[in-house]
Amino acid sequence: MNQPAESLMEYQDRDGAEMLRVRDLHAFYGESHILHGVDFDVKRGELVTLLGRNGAGRSTTLKAIMNMVGRRTGSIMINGTETLGMPAHRIPRLGIGYCPEERGIFASLDVEENLLLPPTVRSGGMSIDEIYEMFPNLYERRRSQGTRLSGGEQQMLAMARILRTGARLLLLDEITEGLAPVIVQALGQVLVKLKERGMTIVLVEQNFRFAAPLADRHFVMDHGLIVEEISAAELPSKREHLHTLLGV
Amino acid sequence: MTMIFGVPLAVFMGQLLLGLINGAFYALLSLGLAVIFGLLKIVNFAHGAMYMLGAFAALLGMRYLGINYWAALLLAPLVVGLFGMLLERIMLRRIAHLDHLYGLLLTFGLALIFEGTLVNFFGVSGARYPTPEALQGGFQTGFMFLPTYRAWVLVAAIVVCFFTWYMIERTRLGAYLRAGTENPALMQAFGVNVPLLITLTYGFGVALAAFAGVLAAPLYPVSPTMGSNLLIVVFAVVVIGGMGSILGAVLTGLGMGLIEGLTKVYYPEAANTVIFLVMILVLLTRPAGLFGKEA
Repeated sequence: MNQPAESLMEYQDRDGAEMLRVRDLHAFYGESHILHGVDFDVKRGELVTLLGRNGAGRSTTLKAIMNMVGRRTGSIMINGTETLGMPAHRIPRLGIGYCPEERGIFASLDVEENLLLPPTVRSGGMSIDEIYEMFPNLYERRRSQGTRLSGGEQQMLAMARILRTGARLLLLDEITEGLAPVIVQALGQVLVKLKERGMTIVLVEQNFRFAAPLADRHFVMDHGLIVEEISAAELPSKREHLHTLLGV
Repeated sequence: MTMIFGVPLAVFMGQLLLGLINGAFYALLSLGLAVIFGLLKIVNFAHGAMYMLGAFAALLGMRYLGINYWAALLLAPLVVGLFGMLLERIMLRRIAHLDHLYGLLLTFGLALIFEGTLVNFFGVSGARYPTPEALQGGFQTGFMFLPTYRAWVLVAAIVVCFFTWYMIERTRLGAYLRAGTENPALMQAFGVNVPLLITLTYGFGVALAAFAGVLAAPLYPVSPTMGSNLLIVVFAVVVIGGMGSILGAVLTGLGMGLIEGLTKVYYPEAANTVIFLVMILVLLTRPAGLFGKEA
Protein backbone atom coordinates (compact mmCIF):
# COMPACT_ATOMS: atom_id res chain seq x y z
CA MET A 1 0.00 0.00 0.00
CA ASN A 2 2.99 2.32 0.26
CA GLN A 3 3.48 3.16 -3.40
CA PRO A 4 4.97 6.62 -3.68
CA ALA A 5 3.26 7.30 -7.00
CA GLU A 6 -0.13 6.68 -5.50
CA SER A 7 0.52 9.06 -2.60
CA LEU A 8 1.66 11.75 -5.00
CA MET A 9 -1.47 11.41 -7.09
CA GLU A 10 -3.62 11.92 -4.03
CA TYR A 11 -2.29 15.34 -3.47
CA GLN A 12 -2.92 16.52 -6.96
CA ASP A 13 -6.25 18.19 -7.31
CA ARG A 14 -8.59 15.44 -8.27
CA ASP A 15 -11.84 17.05 -7.27
CA GLY A 16 -14.75 14.79 -7.73
CA ALA A 17 -12.70 11.63 -7.35
CA GLU A 18 -14.30 9.15 -5.02
CA MET A 19 -12.64 8.89 -1.66
CA LEU A 20 -15.11 6.49 -0.09
CA ARG A 21 -17.61 4.27 -1.85
CA VAL A 22 -19.91 2.00 0.11
CA ARG A 23 -22.14 -0.44 -1.76
CA ASP A 24 -24.71 -2.83 -0.33
CA LEU A 25 -23.04 -2.94 3.06
CA HIS A 26 -24.56 -5.40 5.50
CA ALA A 27 -23.10 -5.60 8.97
CA PHE A 28 -23.76 -7.88 11.93
CA TYR A 29 -22.96 -7.80 15.63
CA GLY A 30 -23.02 -11.52 16.27
CA GLU A 31 -26.47 -12.57 15.19
CA SER A 32 -27.92 -9.03 15.04
CA HIS A 33 -28.30 -7.72 11.51
CA ILE A 34 -27.66 -4.00 11.92
CA LEU A 35 -26.91 -2.62 8.44
CA HIS A 36 -29.20 -3.76 5.66
CA GLY A 37 -27.44 -2.66 2.50
CA VAL A 38 -25.95 0.80 2.99
CA ASP A 39 -25.11 2.65 -0.23
CA PHE A 40 -23.34 5.97 -0.36
CA ASP A 41 -20.22 7.65 -1.61
CA VAL A 42 -18.10 10.58 -0.56
CA LYS A 43 -15.98 12.59 -2.96
CA ARG A 44 -12.57 13.90 -2.15
CA GLY A 45 -12.74 17.14 -0.20
CA GLU A 46 -16.40 16.73 0.70
CA LEU A 47 -17.87 16.92 4.16
CA VAL A 48 -20.95 14.70 4.48
CA THR A 49 -23.12 13.93 7.44
CA LEU A 50 -24.86 10.74 8.50
CA LEU A 51 -28.05 11.80 10.20
CA GLY A 52 -30.81 9.78 11.74
CA ARG A 53 -32.42 8.75 14.96
CA ASN A 54 -30.61 6.77 17.62
CA GLY A 55 -30.25 3.17 16.55
CA ALA A 56 -30.47 3.99 12.84
CA GLY A 57 -27.01 2.54 12.28
CA ARG A 58 -24.90 5.66 11.84
CA SER A 59 -22.12 4.78 14.27
CA THR A 60 -22.27 1.20 13.08
CA THR A 61 -21.64 2.37 9.53
CA LEU A 62 -18.44 4.11 10.59
CA LYS A 63 -17.39 1.09 12.62
CA ALA A 64 -18.15 -1.20 9.71
CA ILE A 65 -15.88 0.87 7.47
CA MET A 66 -13.13 0.40 10.07
CA ASN A 67 -13.84 -3.34 10.39
CA MET A 68 -14.74 -3.00 14.04
CA VAL A 69 -18.02 -4.90 13.86
CA GLY A 70 -18.76 -8.56 13.27
CA ARG A 71 -19.42 -10.06 9.87
CA ARG A 72 -19.78 -7.71 6.90
CA THR A 73 -20.81 -8.21 3.29
CA GLY A 74 -20.87 -5.80 0.38
CA SER A 75 -18.20 -3.45 -0.81
CA ILE A 76 -16.23 -0.68 0.86
CA MET A 77 -13.83 1.04 -1.46
CA ILE A 78 -11.43 3.60 -0.11
CA ASN A 79 -9.57 5.58 -2.72
CA GLY A 80 -10.16 2.83 -5.21
CA THR A 81 -9.02 0.01 -2.93
CA GLU A 82 -11.47 -2.66 -1.80
CA THR A 83 -11.18 -2.97 1.97
CA LEU A 84 -13.85 -5.50 2.89
CA GLY A 85 -11.40 -8.38 3.20
CA MET A 86 -8.68 -6.39 4.95
CA PRO A 87 -7.60 -7.01 8.54
CA ALA A 88 -8.62 -4.13 10.78
CA HIS A 89 -5.16 -2.72 11.36
CA ARG A 90 -4.47 -2.33 7.64
CA ILE A 91 -7.42 -0.07 6.95
CA PRO A 92 -6.19 3.08 8.73
CA ARG A 93 -2.98 2.85 6.75
CA LEU A 94 -4.95 3.81 3.68
CA GLY A 95 -5.12 7.28 5.19
CA ILE A 96 -8.14 7.10 7.45
CA GLY A 97 -8.55 8.68 10.85
CA TYR A 98 -11.34 7.47 13.12
CA CYS A 99 -12.67 9.40 16.09
CA PRO A 100 -14.96 7.13 18.15
CA GLU A 101 -18.03 8.28 20.04
CA GLU A 102 -16.40 7.45 23.39
CA ARG A 103 -13.32 9.45 22.36
CA GLY A 104 -11.06 6.64 23.53
CA ILE A 105 -8.48 8.69 25.40
CA PHE A 106 -6.02 6.36 27.10
CA ALA A 107 -5.84 6.75 30.85
CA SER A 108 -2.41 5.14 31.15
CA LEU A 109 -0.84 7.76 28.86
CA ASP A 110 -0.42 11.49 29.31
CA VAL A 111 -1.80 13.99 26.81
CA GLU A 112 1.34 14.21 24.70
CA GLU A 113 1.71 10.41 24.62
CA ASN A 114 -1.94 10.14 23.57
CA LEU A 115 -1.25 12.68 20.87
CA LEU A 116 1.82 10.91 19.55
CA LEU A 117 0.40 7.42 19.83
CA PRO A 118 -1.37 6.74 16.51
CA PRO A 119 1.23 5.89 13.89
CA THR A 120 1.65 8.10 10.85
CA VAL A 121 -0.36 6.77 7.94
CA ARG A 122 0.41 9.42 5.35
CA SER A 123 3.00 12.12 4.93
CA GLY A 124 1.69 15.64 5.23
CA GLY A 125 0.10 15.22 8.63
CA MET A 126 0.08 18.16 10.96
CA SER A 127 3.27 18.54 12.96
CA ILE A 128 3.00 18.52 16.71
CA ASP A 129 3.73 22.25 16.76
CA GLU A 130 0.92 22.94 14.32
CA ILE A 131 -1.38 20.88 16.48
CA TYR A 132 -0.45 22.76 19.63
CA GLU A 133 -1.09 25.98 17.69
CA MET A 134 -4.55 24.82 16.71
CA PHE A 135 -5.30 23.48 20.20
CA PRO A 136 -3.34 25.61 22.67
CA ASN A 137 -4.98 24.17 25.75
CA LEU A 138 -3.64 20.75 24.81
CA TYR A 139 -0.14 22.20 25.04
CA GLU A 140 -0.83 23.51 28.51
CA ARG A 141 -2.12 20.14 29.69
CA ARG A 142 0.36 18.01 27.75
CA ARG A 143 1.78 16.24 30.81
CA SER A 144 -1.59 15.60 32.41
CA GLN A 145 -2.97 12.11 32.44
CA GLY A 146 -5.18 11.76 29.38
CA THR A 147 -8.42 11.13 31.21
CA ARG A 148 -7.94 14.07 33.59
CA LEU A 149 -8.96 16.45 30.83
CA SER A 150 -12.44 17.92 30.55
CA GLY A 151 -14.85 16.49 28.01
CA GLY A 152 -14.16 19.27 25.55
CA GLU A 153 -10.41 18.91 25.91
CA GLN A 154 -10.62 15.15 25.46
CA GLN A 155 -12.60 15.67 22.25
CA MET A 156 -9.95 18.10 21.02
CA LEU A 157 -7.29 15.52 21.86
CA ALA A 158 -9.18 12.74 20.09
CA MET A 159 -9.34 14.86 16.95
CA ALA A 160 -5.83 16.26 17.24
CA ARG A 161 -4.20 12.85 17.38
CA ILE A 162 -5.68 11.67 14.10
CA LEU A 163 -4.69 14.94 12.46
CA ARG A 164 -1.10 14.19 13.31
CA THR A 165 -1.19 10.92 11.41
CA GLY A 166 -1.73 12.55 8.05
CA ALA A 167 -5.12 10.92 7.56
CA ARG A 168 -7.02 12.40 4.62
CA LEU A 169 -10.37 10.74 5.27
CA LEU A 170 -11.80 11.48 8.70
CA LEU A 171 -14.64 9.50 10.24
CA LEU A 172 -15.98 11.49 13.19
CA ASP A 173 -18.59 10.00 15.50
CA GLU A 174 -20.66 12.44 17.58
CA ILE A 175 -17.88 14.87 18.31
CA THR A 176 -20.13 17.52 19.86
CA GLU A 177 -21.93 15.18 22.23
CA GLY A 178 -22.14 16.54 25.75
CA LEU A 179 -20.00 19.59 25.07
CA ALA A 180 -20.61 23.23 25.96
CA PRO A 181 -21.75 25.52 23.12
CA VAL A 182 -18.50 27.47 23.08
CA ILE A 183 -16.51 24.24 22.59
CA VAL A 184 -18.94 23.12 19.91
CA GLN A 185 -18.33 26.39 18.10
CA ALA A 186 -14.57 25.90 18.35
CA LEU A 187 -14.93 22.40 16.90
CA GLY A 188 -16.94 23.83 14.03
CA GLN A 189 -14.08 26.19 13.23
CA VAL A 190 -11.64 23.28 13.34
CA LEU A 191 -13.75 21.41 10.81
CA VAL A 192 -13.85 24.43 8.53
CA LYS A 193 -10.05 24.65 8.63
CA LEU A 194 -9.73 20.93 7.93
CA LYS A 195 -12.05 21.21 4.96
CA GLU A 196 -9.93 24.07 3.65
CA ARG A 197 -6.94 21.77 3.85
CA GLY A 198 -8.68 19.33 1.56
CA MET A 199 -9.68 16.67 4.07
CA THR A 200 -12.62 14.43 3.34
CA ILE A 201 -14.90 14.17 6.34
CA VAL A 202 -17.79 11.91 7.29
CA LEU A 203 -19.63 13.28 10.27
CA VAL A 204 -22.09 11.31 12.37
CA GLU A 205 -23.90 14.03 14.20
CA GLN A 206 -27.01 14.33 16.36
CA ASN A 207 -26.69 18.10 16.54
CA PHE A 208 -28.16 19.16 13.21
CA ARG A 209 -27.63 22.86 13.77
CA PHE A 210 -23.92 22.16 14.10
CA ALA A 211 -23.71 19.95 11.01
CA ALA A 212 -25.93 21.89 8.60
CA PRO A 213 -23.64 24.81 7.71
CA LEU A 214 -20.59 22.54 7.35
CA ALA A 215 -21.81 19.76 5.09
CA ASP A 216 -21.93 19.46 1.32
CA ARG A 217 -24.41 16.61 1.50
CA HIS A 218 -26.53 14.95 4.17
CA PHE A 219 -27.43 11.27 4.28
CA VAL A 220 -30.35 10.25 6.41
CA MET A 221 -30.31 6.76 7.85
CA ASP A 222 -33.13 4.66 9.19
CA HIS A 223 -33.09 1.02 10.27
CA GLY A 224 -29.67 0.36 8.80
CA LEU A 225 -30.29 1.92 5.40
CA ILE A 226 -29.70 5.27 3.77
CA VAL A 227 -33.18 6.55 3.04
CA GLU A 228 -32.51 10.06 1.81
CA GLU A 229 -29.74 12.20 0.36
CA ILE A 230 -30.00 15.97 0.65
CA SER A 231 -27.45 18.35 -0.80
CA ALA A 232 -26.56 21.64 0.89
CA ALA A 233 -28.36 23.53 -1.86
CA GLU A 234 -31.57 21.54 -1.34
CA LEU A 235 -31.46 21.94 2.41
CA PRO A 236 -33.53 25.14 2.83
CA SER A 237 -36.43 23.73 0.85
CA LYS A 238 -36.24 20.30 2.49
CA ARG A 239 -35.85 21.43 6.07
CA GLU A 240 -39.34 20.52 7.21
CA HIS A 241 -39.12 17.12 5.56
CA LEU A 242 -35.78 16.52 7.24
CA HIS A 243 -37.13 17.40 10.66
CA THR A 244 -39.90 14.88 10.19
CA LEU A 245 -37.41 12.18 9.21
CA LEU A 246 -35.26 12.91 12.24
CA GLY A 247 -38.18 13.05 14.59
CA VAL A 248 -37.04 16.45 15.82
CA MET B 1 28.70 -10.60 68.03
CA THR B 2 25.89 -8.25 67.05
CA MET B 3 22.42 -9.61 67.64
CA ILE B 4 19.18 -8.55 66.05
CA PHE B 5 16.29 -9.59 68.26
CA GLY B 6 18.24 -12.56 69.48
CA VAL B 7 19.66 -13.66 66.16
CA PRO B 8 23.29 -13.18 65.10
CA LEU B 9 23.76 -10.45 62.51
CA ALA B 10 25.42 -12.78 60.03
CA VAL B 11 22.50 -15.17 60.15
CA PHE B 12 20.04 -12.32 59.88
CA MET B 13 21.75 -10.75 56.87
CA GLY B 14 22.25 -14.14 55.27
CA GLN B 15 18.56 -14.90 55.42
CA LEU B 16 17.71 -11.41 54.25
CA LEU B 17 19.92 -11.89 51.25
CA LEU B 18 18.35 -15.25 50.48
CA GLY B 19 14.99 -13.59 50.83
CA LEU B 20 16.01 -10.84 48.42
CA ILE B 21 17.21 -13.43 45.91
CA ASN B 22 13.88 -15.22 46.10
CA GLY B 23 12.28 -11.83 45.79
CA ALA B 24 14.24 -11.19 42.61
CA PHE B 25 12.75 -14.36 41.11
CA TYR B 26 9.30 -13.41 42.28
CA ALA B 27 9.76 -9.99 40.70
CA LEU B 28 10.92 -11.34 37.34
CA LEU B 29 8.13 -13.87 37.17
CA SER B 30 5.34 -11.62 38.37
CA LEU B 31 6.50 -8.99 35.89
CA GLY B 32 6.07 -11.42 33.01
CA LEU B 33 2.72 -12.60 34.32
CA ALA B 34 1.44 -9.05 34.73
CA VAL B 35 2.56 -8.00 31.25
CA ILE B 36 0.86 -11.03 29.70
CA PHE B 37 -2.30 -10.60 31.72
CA GLY B 38 -2.53 -6.90 30.88
CA LEU B 39 -2.67 -7.33 27.13
CA LEU B 40 -3.92 -10.87 26.63
CA LYS B 41 -6.18 -11.06 29.67
CA ILE B 42 -4.90 -14.58 30.21
CA VAL B 43 -3.67 -15.89 33.53
CA ASN B 44 -0.64 -17.70 32.19
CA PHE B 45 -0.55 -20.94 34.14
CA ALA B 46 2.27 -22.06 31.88
CA HIS B 47 4.54 -19.40 33.33
CA GLY B 48 6.23 -21.68 35.84
CA ALA B 49 6.82 -24.22 33.10
CA MET B 50 8.47 -21.52 30.96
CA TYR B 51 10.78 -20.71 33.86
CA MET B 52 11.58 -24.40 34.08
CA LEU B 53 12.12 -24.63 30.30
CA GLY B 54 14.59 -21.78 30.55
CA ALA B 55 16.58 -23.67 33.14
CA PHE B 56 16.37 -26.85 31.08
CA ALA B 57 17.43 -25.03 27.93
CA ALA B 58 20.53 -23.91 29.78
CA LEU B 59 21.16 -27.41 31.13
CA LEU B 60 20.62 -29.27 27.88
CA GLY B 61 22.45 -26.59 25.94
CA MET B 62 25.47 -27.15 28.10
CA ARG B 63 25.21 -30.94 28.00
CA TYR B 64 24.67 -31.44 24.28
CA LEU B 65 25.71 -28.24 22.55
CA GLY B 66 28.47 -26.99 24.81
CA ILE B 67 26.67 -23.70 25.35
CA ASN B 68 28.05 -21.96 28.38
CA TYR B 69 26.14 -20.06 31.05
CA TRP B 70 26.65 -16.64 29.51
CA ALA B 71 25.39 -17.71 26.11
CA ALA B 72 22.51 -19.48 27.77
CA LEU B 73 21.46 -16.24 29.48
CA LEU B 74 20.79 -14.84 26.02
CA LEU B 75 19.80 -17.93 24.07
CA ALA B 76 17.47 -19.64 26.50
CA PRO B 77 15.07 -16.69 26.80
CA LEU B 78 15.24 -16.26 23.04
CA VAL B 79 14.37 -19.88 22.36
CA VAL B 80 11.65 -20.03 24.99
CA GLY B 81 10.33 -16.66 23.83
CA LEU B 82 10.04 -17.88 20.25
CA PHE B 83 8.39 -21.04 21.50
CA GLY B 84 5.94 -18.92 23.45
CA MET B 85 5.13 -16.85 20.37
CA LEU B 86 4.43 -20.06 18.49
CA LEU B 87 2.09 -21.23 21.24
CA GLU B 88 0.27 -17.92 21.21
CA ARG B 89 -0.09 -17.94 17.46
CA ILE B 90 -1.36 -21.49 17.07
CA MET B 91 -3.28 -21.99 20.31
CA LEU B 92 -3.92 -19.01 22.53
CA ARG B 93 -5.12 -16.83 19.67
CA ARG B 94 -7.85 -19.31 18.84
CA ILE B 95 -9.43 -19.01 22.26
CA ALA B 96 -8.84 -15.31 22.76
CA HIS B 97 -12.46 -14.45 22.03
CA LEU B 98 -13.78 -16.96 24.59
CA ASP B 99 -14.22 -16.61 28.32
CA HIS B 100 -10.84 -16.03 29.96
CA LEU B 101 -11.26 -19.22 31.90
CA TYR B 102 -10.30 -21.13 28.76
CA GLY B 103 -6.95 -19.36 28.59
CA LEU B 104 -6.31 -20.40 32.15
CA LEU B 105 -7.24 -24.01 31.41
CA LEU B 106 -5.24 -24.16 28.21
CA THR B 107 -2.06 -22.78 29.75
CA PHE B 108 -2.53 -25.04 32.75
CA GLY B 109 -2.79 -28.01 30.42
CA LEU B 110 0.28 -26.91 28.53
CA ALA B 111 2.23 -26.68 31.79
CA LEU B 112 1.25 -30.23 32.68
CA ILE B 113 2.25 -31.44 29.23
CA PHE B 114 5.66 -29.79 29.37
CA GLU B 115 6.36 -31.01 32.87
CA GLY B 116 5.12 -34.49 32.14
CA THR B 117 7.19 -34.79 28.99
CA LEU B 118 10.34 -33.75 30.77
CA VAL B 119 9.64 -36.02 33.73
CA ASN B 120 9.37 -38.83 31.23
CA PHE B 121 12.84 -38.15 29.87
CA PHE B 122 14.67 -36.84 32.90
CA GLY B 123 12.82 -38.02 36.00
CA VAL B 124 11.82 -35.77 38.85
CA SER B 125 15.07 -35.48 40.71
CA GLY B 126 16.95 -32.36 39.81
CA ALA B 127 20.13 -32.13 37.79
CA ARG B 128 23.10 -30.06 38.81
CA TYR B 129 24.07 -27.01 36.81
CA PRO B 130 27.52 -25.71 37.62
CA THR B 131 28.07 -22.13 38.75
CA PRO B 132 30.08 -20.32 36.07
CA GLU B 133 33.72 -19.88 37.02
CA ALA B 134 33.69 -16.12 36.99
CA LEU B 135 30.93 -16.05 39.57
CA GLN B 136 32.20 -18.67 41.95
CA GLY B 137 33.26 -17.95 45.49
CA GLY B 138 32.30 -14.89 47.36
CA PHE B 139 33.56 -12.08 49.54
CA GLN B 140 33.49 -11.06 53.15
CA THR B 141 31.48 -7.93 53.74
CA GLY B 142 32.30 -7.61 57.42
CA PHE B 143 29.04 -8.92 58.79
CA MET B 144 28.49 -11.83 56.44
CA PHE B 145 29.90 -13.89 53.59
CA LEU B 146 28.32 -12.82 50.32
CA PRO B 147 28.40 -15.46 47.55
CA THR B 148 29.29 -13.80 44.26
CA TYR B 149 26.71 -15.73 42.29
CA ARG B 150 23.86 -14.65 44.53
CA ALA B 151 24.95 -11.03 44.29
CA TRP B 152 24.99 -11.45 40.51
CA VAL B 153 21.46 -12.86 40.48
CA LEU B 154 20.18 -9.86 42.38
CA VAL B 155 21.95 -7.39 40.13
CA ALA B 156 20.94 -9.15 36.91
CA ALA B 157 17.31 -9.40 37.97
CA ILE B 158 17.11 -5.75 38.95
CA VAL B 159 18.78 -4.65 35.72
CA VAL B 160 16.37 -6.70 33.60
CA CYS B 161 13.39 -5.41 35.58
CA PHE B 162 14.62 -1.89 35.03
CA PHE B 163 14.98 -2.43 31.29
CA THR B 164 11.50 -3.89 31.15
CA TRP B 165 10.12 -0.92 33.04
CA TYR B 166 11.95 1.45 30.71
CA MET B 167 10.71 -0.30 27.62
CA ILE B 168 7.12 -0.27 28.80
CA GLU B 169 6.98 3.22 30.28
CA ARG B 170 9.34 5.19 28.06
CA THR B 171 9.27 3.77 24.56
CA ARG B 172 6.78 3.91 21.71
CA LEU B 173 6.36 0.14 21.73
CA GLY B 174 5.63 0.29 25.44
CA ALA B 175 3.03 2.99 24.80
CA TYR B 176 1.40 0.67 22.24
CA LEU B 177 1.38 -2.06 24.90
CA ARG B 178 -0.13 0.17 27.58
CA ALA B 179 -2.74 1.60 25.23
CA GLY B 180 -3.43 -1.84 23.75
CA THR B 181 -4.11 -3.10 27.25
CA GLU B 182 -6.80 -0.45 27.64
CA ASN B 183 -8.44 -0.49 24.23
CA PRO B 184 -7.11 -2.95 21.64
CA ALA B 185 -9.92 -2.25 19.17
CA LEU B 186 -9.09 1.43 19.01
CA MET B 187 -5.39 0.67 18.58
CA GLN B 188 -6.28 -1.36 15.51
CA ALA B 189 -8.34 1.59 14.28
CA PHE B 190 -5.12 3.61 14.45
CA GLY B 191 -3.29 1.08 12.34
CA VAL B 192 -1.32 -0.74 15.04
CA ASN B 193 -0.94 -4.44 14.35
CA VAL B 194 -2.46 -5.57 17.63
CA PRO B 195 -2.40 -9.33 16.89
CA LEU B 196 1.36 -9.08 16.33
CA LEU B 197 1.74 -7.01 19.48
CA ILE B 198 -0.08 -9.70 21.43
CA THR B 199 2.18 -12.44 20.07
CA LEU B 200 5.31 -10.45 20.87
CA THR B 201 4.04 -9.64 24.35
CA TYR B 202 3.44 -13.27 25.20
CA GLY B 203 6.87 -14.15 23.85
CA PHE B 204 8.48 -11.42 25.91
CA GLY B 205 6.64 -12.38 29.09
CA VAL B 206 7.73 -16.00 28.90
CA ALA B 207 11.25 -14.96 27.88
CA LEU B 208 11.45 -13.11 31.20
CA ALA B 209 10.45 -16.32 32.96
CA ALA B 210 13.06 -18.28 31.02
CA PHE B 211 15.72 -15.72 31.97
CA ALA B 212 14.80 -16.26 35.60
CA GLY B 213 15.14 -19.98 34.95
CA VAL B 214 18.70 -19.63 33.69
CA LEU B 215 19.57 -17.49 36.71
CA ALA B 216 18.10 -20.18 38.92
CA ALA B 217 19.92 -23.12 37.32
CA PRO B 218 23.15 -22.87 39.33
CA LEU B 219 21.19 -22.24 42.55
CA TYR B 220 18.52 -24.90 42.61
CA PRO B 221 18.30 -28.42 41.19
CA VAL B 222 17.05 -28.24 37.63
CA SER B 223 13.96 -30.43 37.72
CA PRO B 224 10.75 -30.50 35.66
CA THR B 225 8.69 -29.53 38.68
CA MET B 226 10.81 -26.55 39.73
CA GLY B 227 8.37 -24.15 38.15
CA SER B 228 5.08 -25.35 39.53
CA ASN B 229 6.11 -24.88 43.17
CA LEU B 230 7.30 -21.38 42.40
CA LEU B 231 4.25 -20.41 40.38
CA ILE B 232 1.81 -20.70 43.26
CA VAL B 233 3.83 -18.22 45.26
CA VAL B 234 4.19 -15.93 42.24
CA PHE B 235 0.41 -15.84 41.79
CA ALA B 236 0.10 -14.76 45.40
CA VAL B 237 2.69 -12.05 44.78
CA VAL B 238 0.76 -10.82 41.76
CA VAL B 239 -2.46 -10.69 43.75
CA ILE B 240 -0.69 -8.70 46.46
CA GLY B 241 0.95 -6.28 44.09
CA GLY B 242 -1.95 -5.92 41.72
CA MET B 243 -1.78 -5.91 37.95
CA GLY B 244 -1.57 -2.17 37.73
CA SER B 245 2.05 -1.24 37.53
CA ILE B 246 5.42 -2.59 36.49
CA LEU B 247 7.13 -0.95 39.41
CA GLY B 248 4.50 -2.41 41.70
CA ALA B 249 5.16 -5.95 40.50
CA VAL B 250 8.90 -5.56 41.05
CA LEU B 251 8.63 -3.93 44.47
CA THR B 252 6.08 -6.46 45.63
CA GLY B 253 8.22 -9.35 44.44
CA LEU B 254 11.29 -8.08 46.25
CA GLY B 255 9.26 -7.12 49.29
CA MET B 256 7.61 -10.50 49.60
CA GLY B 257 10.97 -12.19 49.27
CA LEU B 258 12.26 -10.04 52.13
CA ILE B 259 9.24 -10.82 54.29
CA GLU B 260 9.72 -14.51 53.60
CA GLY B 261 13.39 -14.22 54.55
CA LEU B 262 12.63 -12.37 57.75
CA THR B 263 10.00 -14.93 58.70
CA LYS B 264 12.52 -17.67 58.19
CA VAL B 265 14.83 -16.04 60.74
CA TYR B 266 12.33 -15.67 63.54
CA TYR B 267 9.59 -18.17 62.86
CA PRO B 268 10.72 -20.63 60.19
CA GLU B 269 7.57 -22.73 60.40
CA ALA B 270 5.59 -19.91 58.86
CA ALA B 271 8.04 -19.07 56.10
CA ASN B 272 6.17 -21.05 53.46
CA THR B 273 2.81 -19.57 54.30
CA VAL B 274 3.52 -15.96 55.22
CA ILE B 275 3.10 -14.72 51.64
CA PHE B 276 -0.33 -16.30 51.45
CA LEU B 277 -1.27 -14.66 54.74
CA VAL B 278 -0.28 -11.31 53.27
CA MET B 279 -2.32 -12.15 50.19
CA ILE B 280 -5.43 -12.81 52.26
CA LEU B 281 -4.88 -9.57 54.15
CA VAL B 282 -4.56 -7.60 50.92
CA LEU B 283 -7.63 -9.25 49.39
CA LEU B 284 -9.66 -8.26 52.42
CA THR B 285 -8.49 -4.67 52.62
CA ARG B 286 -7.36 -3.65 49.13
CA PRO B 287 -8.57 -6.22 46.61
CA ALA B 288 -7.06 -4.47 43.61
CA GLY B 289 -3.64 -5.04 45.11
CA LEU B 290 -1.18 -2.68 46.76
CA PHE B 291 -0.28 -1.03 43.47
CA GLY B 292 -3.29 -2.10 41.52
CA LYS B 293 -5.63 0.25 39.72
CA GLU B 294 -9.28 -0.09 40.58
CA ALA B 295 -10.96 -1.40 37.43
